[in-house]
Amino acid sequence: MSARVNVTTGGLSTTVQDAGRPGQYAIGMPPSGAMDQYSYRVGNLLVGNDEKAASLEATYIGPSLEFTDDRLVAVTGGDAAVTLNGESIPTWEAVAVAAGDVLEFGMITSGARPYIAISGGVEVPDYLGSRSTYTLVGLGGHEGRKLADGDTLALGEAPGTGTAGTRVADELLPTFRSEVEVRTVIGLCSYRLTDDAMKSFLSTPWKVTKDADRVGYRLRGGSLDFVEREQPFGAGSDAANVVDLGYPIGSIQVPGGDEPIVLLGDAVTGGGYATIGTVISVDRDLFGQAKTGDTISFRAVEIDEALAARAERRQLLDRVREQVS
Amino acid sequence: MTSTQLPPARYEYGGDEFIFVEIDEQMSMEANFKAMMITNELTERRLDGIVDICPSNASYMIRYDPDVLAPGDLVALLQELDEKAGHVPDDFVLHTRIVDVPVLYNDPWTHEAMMRFRDRHQDPESTDLEYGARVNGFDSVQAFIDHMAANPWIVTMLGFVPGLPFCYQLEPRERQIQVPKYVRPRTFTPERAFGIGGAFAVIYPVQGAGGYQLYGMSPTPVLNVKQDHPDFEHSIVFPKAGDILRFRAIDQAEFDETRRLVESGEFRYRQREVEFHPARFLQDPQAVNDSLLEVLYR
Repeated sequence: MSARVNVTTGGLSTTVQDAGRPGQYAIGMPPSGAMDQYSYRVGNLLVGNDEKAASLEATYIGPSLEFTDDRLVAVTGGDAAVTLNGESIPTWEAVAVAAGDVLEFGMITSGARPYIAISGGVEVPDYLGSRSTYTLVGLGGHEGRKLADGDTLALGEAPGTGTAGTRVADELLPTFRSEVEVRTVIGLCSYRLTDDAMKSFLSTPWKVTKDADRVGYRLRGGSLDFVEREQPFGAGSDAANVVDLGYPIGSIQVPGGDEPIVLLGDAVTGGGYATIGTVISVDRDLFGQAKTGDTISFRAVEIDEALAARAERRQLLDRVREQVS
Repeated sequence: MTSTQLPPARYEYGGDEFIFVEIDEQMSMEANFKAMMITNELTERRLDGIVDICPSNASYMIRYDPDVLAPGDLVALLQELDEKAGHVPDDFVLHTRIVDVPVLYNDPWTHEAMMRFRDRHQDPESTDLEYGARVNGFDSVQAFIDHMAANPWIVTMLGFVPGLPFCYQLEPRERQIQVPKYVRPRTFTPERAFGIGGAFAVIYPVQGAGGYQLYGMSPTPVLNVKQDHPDFEHSIVFPKAGDILRFRAIDQAEFDETRRLVESGEFRYRQREVEFHPARFLQDPQAVNDSLLEVLYR
């Protein structure tokens, strides 16, 4: 019988995720994938996996897992008390588990999404090049849905390259705050906002509402005015309406002018609301660890700063790779 | 094609991984075909670092890997392709297909969904169909339905969720239907609902949120994740940009029979290959529509 892990309880919303499913945007399919790519990749590196192996992404309340053979496990991402057979274990560290061991989570204390990397990776079927779950249409991952109590997941063959106790330097670990600033390239259809509205957008501390999931985060905290115009043919009569267009992942739209929505991994790929800017790729991770009630501020940056942040991220992951090898 | 003068395209960075190019703020066939020409050319070049090429109604979007392809270089290339495409020529021909898509207009399921969200609508006292008929100057709901069902529509974008076709009505602008999107989007729309927002008709591939006015229900799928229907052998989505769809009005009996065929795996879309000449269409829309429909039902 092939190796597996038993899901005793599924947690609030736990899905199988990996680096994502790029290349399908033109048919309307977003890439999905881990919301906090850095924490997800570090987890895989700690247990000796390819950094793009499939892991579990939990939301607020983690699952309970029962192992059936010898594995390495690392919990990264959002902070929660994690126990193995009732005993506290460290996070951001490779931990050895054996048949019958039970991994459990306490309440989240900071961040929003813990990642559970298991040596060998979660071996759900590949769908269009990825194992990521896209629950909106029910594809990928485990039966296209979040995990439920009593599920069983197949595991890949452990590569055997990891070592229990592997950690990386604390300076390489992210800290999750409840007030975050995200770097944003202003543009797309930002001409739809008045100058005052754009200033207000960039100076408002926005609160994360309860409508915050893998599709997008809806924020509240101010009201933004659109430039008055005669609506172009085909757009629809509301000031926030544009002729339906593509939405970048990380793009921000403001239907009605008062609730900005930031689209994330399971984004709707296009639609008819004016987009006003795009969160840079590195900072999308911050939404993955933001929860209802947290505060988000947007800081305008140019493309060069976005590229520099990207290079910095790459160097950080290089250092993680060095330290685990 | 000289009916619409396009402004200079606008190039915008969507963060570090996307470039959004707006051909025009308003919708026109010219803007759509221009986006199609540029994105087709880019596809043929098979450049390293290009992740997604997404033609849209009057714009297009590229996802790319800036570690492989520098953003500035990509914009310069897109500008070059724009110049090369120039005006959409008078002899531009779209080799495409026309497809019969059956729709039960004024069906019970979208009616029920729509009634649940009257508080999010411009006119809570009317149904979506009554409102659409009125703001577009039709005497009756039936006349409004007849107008949606009569002539075909052309797919000018795919997106929102997998397989959702945005369709532009093949009518002269003064005869095209336009309706606003809901004031606040619904949280529920039934699977295979037919609706209109702005100047675009859509079929919702899956149940979910939505902001378009709801007018009917198709018995046939546009998305088939398991690819176990014959029309989905090559792709999980049926519609393609450039497809011409005719949303033919059907009755409940045909709806039920078509559902039976879909569920037993026997259903095939009626489709025919056609050439679409935009310049001819702009000259005499009804003659072109008549000949398209003649080919479809021949």
